[in-house]
Amino acid sequence: MGGQTTRRWLIPIEETWGNTGKACGGKASVLGALQRKGLTVPAGVCICTATYETYLDRTGLRGRILLELSRKPFEEMRWEELWDISEKIKHMFIRTPFPGEMEKELEEGLASYFGGKAVAVRSSAPGEDSAKTSFAGVHASYVNIHGARAILRHLRLVWASLWSDAALLYRKEMGLDILSSTMAVLVQEMIEGRVSGVAFGKNPDNESEAIIEAVYGLNRGLVDGTVEPDRWILSRQTGGIKTYTPAKREKAIFAGKEGTELKALPEVFQKNPPLTHAEVLEIFKLARRTEKLLGSPQDIEWTFRGSALYILQARSITTFLQEDRDEKRRWHLSLRRSFENLKGLRRAIEEKYVPAMQAEARELEREKIERLLDSALAGEIERRAEIYRKWYDIYWEEFIPFAHGARLFGKVYNETVNPEDPYEFADLLSGTEMLSLERNRKLEEISEKLRKSTELIKVIKERIQAEEIFPEKENVDDTGIGHEGKTEPADTKGIELEEKPEIKSEQKAVNELEEEIDLFISRYGGSYSESPGTKKGIYRLLLEIALYPPIPVSAESKSNNRIQHLKEKFLTGFEGKNKQCAAELLDLGRASYRLRDDDNIHLGKIEAELKRAFFEGRKRIIERGSGEVRLPEDQVFYTREFAAELIKTLRDPSYNPEWKKLLPKPKPLREKVKPRQLLGNPSGRGVAEGVARVILKETDIFDLKAGEILVCDAIDPNMTFIVPLCSAIVERRGGMLIHGAIIAREYRIPCVTGVPDATELIKNGDYLAVDGYLGIITVLKRRE
Amino acid sequence: MKDEIASVIPHEPEEGVGETFVEKIGLEKEECLGRLRKFFESQPLAVLATQNGTAPYLSLVAFASNERLTYILFSTTRATRKYSNLMANPEVSLLIDNRKNKIEDFRDAMAVTALGRVEPVEDFELSIMKKIYLMKHPYLEDFLHSPTTAFLKIRIEKYIVVTRFQHVVEVSV
Repeated sequence: MGGQTTRRWLIPIEETWGNTGKACGGKASVLGALQRKGLTVPAGVCICTATYETYLDRTGLRGRILLELSRKPFEEMRWEELWDISEKIKHMFIRTPFPGEMEKELEEGLASYFGGKAVAVRSSAPGEDSAKTSFAGVHASYVNIHGARAILRHLRLVWASLWSDAALLYRKEMGLDILSSTMAVLVQEMIEGRVSGVAFGKNPDNESEAIIEAVYGLNRGLVDGTVEPDRWILSRQTGGIKTYTPAKREKAIFAGKEGTELKALPEVFQKNPPLTHAEVLEIFKLARRTEKLLGSPQDIEWTFRGSALYILQARSITTFLQEDRDEKRRWHLSLRRSFENLKGLRRAIEEKYVPAMQAEARELEREKIERLLDSALAGEIERRAEIYRKWYDIYWEEFIPFAHGARLFGKVYNETVNPEDPYEFADLLSGTEMLSLERNRKLEEISEKLRKSTELIKVIKERIQAEEIFPEKENVDDTGIGHEGKTEPADTKGIELEEKPEIKSEQKAVNELEEEIDLFISRYGGSYSESPGTKKGIYRLLLEIALYPPIPVSAESKSNNRIQHLKEKFLTGFEGKNKQCAAELLDLGRASYRLRDDDNIHLGKIEAELKRAFFEGRKRIIERGSGEVRLPEDQVFYTREFAAELIKTLRDPSYNPEWKKLLPKPKPLREKVKPRQLLGNPSGRGVAEGVARVILKETDIFDLKAGEILVCDAIDPNMTFIVPLCSAIVERRGGMLIHGAIIAREYRIPCVTGVPDATELIKNGDYLAVDGYLGIITVLKRRE
Repeated sequence: MKDEIASVIPHEPEEGVGETFVEKIGLEKEECLGRLRKFFESQPLAVLATQNGTAPYLSLVAFASNERLTYILFSTTRATRKYSNLMANPEVSLLIDNRKNKIEDFRDAMAVTALGRVEPVEDFELSIMKKIYLMKHPYLEDFLHSPTTAFLKIRIEKYIVVTRFQHVVEVSV
């Protein structure tokens, strides 16, 4: 073992103190200083920042991280994109071995310190717990790790946590330089404490008090909030106990074979407080002594092994007083939902919210709003807007957090399987049936009928033409109201056909097709189902699909073998009870993945019902007006401001609405740069060339031709039925697990997400190349 | 002209590849190639000139060269202008330099113009050439392995080496 090298990379804890912050980080340096003053600190070494830096430089990881982070200005990234990036970066750390001799040297060095003893591998980043910032809980720590090899594996995971979503967000929030951040790692003998906890030398809310919290077993449960602690509030001056709040004491975290386990607490422990009076006092003294040594009140972590009291960590309490900042950190941390929490969410969503949402949509669907008086209709619009708002809020508060189920699964999958592709887990998750795929198959089924019957195609074509000549009432944009009221809405099945000498069976086929399409729109149309123009759009799409041979749906073509194989690959990473837990996690991940898609369709249905009332109101205004009222087009019309104006007008016949004032002011025309190559995130592998179809308003999707490249702001599952027709997807919104990416993966279509200003820079008709491997869109030929 | 410029630049010897090169360059080809090798290692990026039929087209590329400097390697995605230019006309020129965009450059900077022809990387040499390339640019691993990326080599005919603003020598390889 090269002693020289080891000294460069490993610094024993007793040699770390005040001035080693840069090389060893705050946590290690403080513990080193305390040990020198005679406090009991678990023995250990610090793997200093130079190790991290060398690894980064010699493996090229520094450059790869830089490339990954510079795809897009950091400020413009959504949390989901940050999550993706951090998962990718973590994946790089896991997959990149230590260069050359480094691994051997580190392994030998660590083995000589610890042998096979259980250790804790903890982050100790410089500036991690300074007076201004607190990364408590942001960076990773692992306990109960055995052997040098395992330490090295976890070392890279701790390093990677420097780039976790929470860490990135926190640095962004604090205005810290992201690229210059570095990390030291503390490896310490694991103290399997009987009782552990935290102590605040000074209560942040009351200066005269100190607080001690304690749990049985390890304090991980306390720190991450899964185990409720017993709590003592003491007088800072005398150490006398002012109040004591016992906890329910049902569970505790103990060391397992590797890592930790949450276990039920034996009955004896449940009955007794984890600490005696004398022990509480001992901890209080420890807190005060640390305060004296370090010069300010401390927040410490401690553990009792037998009667020996160890100090595990100390950081200045000033950190905690930075409340609003701390609040933000807490919020970032809350983005990580625990398994238990997610299971609860799932139950609520599956058993309560989704059924209730569907029932409410059905009820709204049954209402004959066209029979309501104008004033009653106004009330109905308000009521529906409120219902929509209610579900929208639930959607944000319950459904979206549940999306973390898929992410949590992905994280565990990647840490267990270590696959080449960090999104392999999505394939395993997508083995489940999604509503949108069922819908797309149905669409394909209808098209298949068209393919087989030229007669049906002819009828559909005539139908489209007829609608173009006599458009549906609601389909008029701002052409005034002159000829309104003469044509009936879409409900006019087979009118044209009656005038033609058709054979009965054909008539029957046509009627059947009509019914099927109606049913299709009502069942799967989501937010589109009540919009004008939908039916015509569906006709056009059907024709378009029928022009080409059937598109294989990958959910079916994707061999079950692969999914089975991935599942086994995942589950073999676990043993015994953990296997059961892993299977549950997979189930949860699948539910999350599926629901994230389906829920939008359910919410879309409520939205469609609101629109129905809305369009009914619009129709009334048009009927009422005498021609001078020029209503803006649907898309603009359907906004909060217009809704208020519409309701007012419906209630008060004498009110003179001022639509024009509400119209957004047109932006002054300025010459814009023309895109040649745009960068986003590769979210679906493959490469395609084609004409851009830019979606600026809802109904644009019906103009899509087979083979075109869909360019949109954000795909929602309500519009994914056009995906099988596209050759690629380009989306402004970013993320690997957003709908566009999910569906593109299902159909194996190249997809690039998170392309800033995609719909503004790319024009309808531009000829594009989409590189789904690297996340690049090239405008090969600009539309003239 | 040359002397005038040289005289207005304060002369404080700095450590830099270009300078050592100027100070120590001999007439030996091998020695010169040895210095060029070091120089190339110090520069990650080069300016590549392709032709689109009527006019030159310049791009910045991450390059690496083999030990004997007979080849220069670079990579590009296929949807780029430079790639389609190359497909039409494989004759290229490459500029590798260490300018700092300061007036001292007239004295200190070195610029090497390489002339050559793009050839496909053959199967038998692919893995070694990728290794050479990634040794210099390890962070381009994902980029290089994308099916949409073309990995290309320029068979070099000669290098034209410029130092001290106007001192020019040629080295054939």
